Amino acid sequence: MTAHLLLSLALRSAAVGYVLVLIFLPLAALAHQSFAAGWDRFIQDLSAPQAAAALWLTVETAAIATAINALFGTLSALVLVRYEFPGRWLLNALVDLPFAIPTLVAGLMIAAIYGPTSLLGTWLQQGGMAVLYNQPGIILAMVFVTMPFTIRSLQPVLMGLERDQEEAAFTLGASPWITFWKVTVPSILPGLLTGVFLTFVRALGEFGSIVIVAGNIPMKTQVASVYVYGEIESYNPQAATSVSVLILLISFLVLLLLERLTRRPGERLPRLFQWTRQKDPRDTESVVPTAAI
Amino acid sequence: MKIEVRGLTKTFGSATAVGGVSFVVNEGELLGLLGPSGSGKTTVLRLIAGLEVPTAGDIFIDGKRVNDLTVQERNIGFVFQHYALFKHLTVFDNIAFGLKIKKWNRQDIDQRITELLALMSLEGLGGRYPHQLSGGQRQRVAIARALAPRPSVLLMDEPFGAVDAKVRQELREWLIRLHTDLNVTSLFVTHDQEEAMEVSGRIIVFSKGKLEQAGSPADVYEEPATEFVARFIGSMNIVAGVVRRGQVQVGSLEFPAPGFFDGQTLQVGFRPYYVKVAEDPARYRQQAKLRHIYFLGVAYRLEIETPDGLILRSRMNKEEFRRCHFTVGQAVSFAVTHFRILPQEGAGPAIEAKPGSPITGPLTP
Repeated sequence: MTAHLLLSLALRSAAVGYVLVLIFLPLAALAHQSFAAGWDRFIQDLSAPQAAAALWLTVETAAIATAINALFGTLSALVLVRYEFPGRWLLNALVDLPFAIPTLVAGLMIAAIYGPTSLLGTWLQQGGMAVLYNQPGIILAMVFVTMPFTIRSLQPVLMGLERDQEEAAFTLGASPWITFWKVTVPSILPGLLTGVFLTFVRALGEFGSIVIVAGNIPMKTQVASVYVYGEIESYNPQAATSVSVLILLISFLVLLLLERLTRRPGERLPRLFQWTRQKDPRDTESVVPTAAI
Repeated sequence: MKIEVRGLTKTFGSATAVGGVSFVVNEGELLGLLGPSGSGKTTVLRLIAGLEVPTAGDIFIDGKRVNDLTVQERNIGFVFQHYALFKHLTVFDNIAFGLKIKKWNRQDIDQRITELLALMSLEGLGGRYPHQLSGGQRQRVAIARALAPRPSVLLMDEPFGAVDAKVRQELREWLIRLHTDLNVTSLFVTHDQEEAMEVSGRIIVFSKGKLEQAGSPADVYEEPATEFVARFIGSMNIVAGVVRRGQVQVGSLEFPAPGFFDGQTLQVGFRPYYVKVAEDPARYRQQAKLRHIYFLGVAYRLEIETPDGLILRSRMNKEEFRRCHFTVGQAVSFAVTHFRILPQEGAGPAIEAKPGSPITGPLTP
């Protein structure tokens, strides 16, 4: 009994310690460094025109990349799970490739296709749609690097989705379209949200592929991570940490929101969060919540 | 509304799930489709619902051929085996789903759901999510959801399959009462013969995609039309023997078989409670050894072995059992008071031997 308790205590300490040492300590160090010069300096760093432009560009392109992957990732996951076709296994294996290759290589690949030396790149350039050294290039790099997130978080959810819920909707008169929106999508929503949010935070922090395809023109195609790198190179660590901390803060808030959104409906929350949720239905005596309609 | 199927057939690749089945569910009836798993009974239900397309045959609901109607247009209520409740919706929204699809107005939806929650004894649970309910409650929500848009027929796939034994008994009684109240034509599928007996007004027995017998629970139990039904419904001793001088000979047991030729092999079936066992070796003509005593709660089952090595089951009520003082291994005497010659594959109907007609041994008091 005591041995068991000790073991469980040791396990918990190890888990907490692991997270503390690996994630929390560096975070705290960074935050400390950032705020060492005071709050005013932090605000000043962020509102420098070049920094603000980089931050805004990053959030904007990451949001677009996320939207693209949410849509096409969902479709791909549906196709990979529900349909049999020759070469499905190969496609399934290819999905993980963006995770497996160095992001610099991903950048080189995009540069090779859309660069001025390639046919597609030249053709697009003539058509007035420059991909490389432009915003579309940044979005493309982000889409490529984050592609597996949506697909891989949706696949198991789709596989586990019982077809009889959809059939139940049919017997109640719902068309396949309505059933998709009212039954299928809500059922896979936790998986979809996980995929989408991870995509977004990963896109926010992408560096390797973007540094190659974006051209990194300040105020135009320089994203936050590249700006941070530039500030470090030019011996200005203070500005670098300030921007880093903001990016971290955004990512952390997004992940926190994800944690909240993907809880099962009606599940009891830790007391800390309860104020945002409506009262647990088990605690109320009302017969029918008319607000539910 | 009446349901009728004619020559209903469904094949999956080379496998035949349902092979030319015809039957009628009368208006307001509660009919049970009974069969072992894999017998095609669920497929029949799904075909009627429109969740599967028949390979051949016709389906009529209320006299109208519905083969070409989609599942959405058939106006059926369907209760799935594992309930298939919408996990992301509350009980209220689950039941309201069909009503919203059918564009009921808000007051009517509120009123209908309040009415159904009361009918299903689910008052106060409207705001809960399916995972916060017990198995029995989920099942009632599933039935409420199916009934909400006032379907013309109610189809239920193993409605009690996913709840534990005690709750199942309550739900059965509750379903019978509900059906009496609502009188909606209902068809349910089960593999549990006891459940089918208790709940349905009429039973259809299925085996390997074919209809074996249709009739009241008593008919199917007392007069099984085929060997399959005899074996599947309740417990039955089945022995085989050759006819000699108008009697089927099974070791020292003899069963009169008028109208059969000598040399023919026949199967004879008799229920355990038609096997009378006594301690007194002189009480009945047949002798045996008591091998086992099983306590069944409401009764006892005795397993006896004849000198020829035949093992028979007997059933005895508690009072009777207490009057005797059986010990395992002792010699007993027995008699079979009622038996049936079972129909052979592809042969004519069963011949019934009523109590009082010639039997194996004299019933000496």
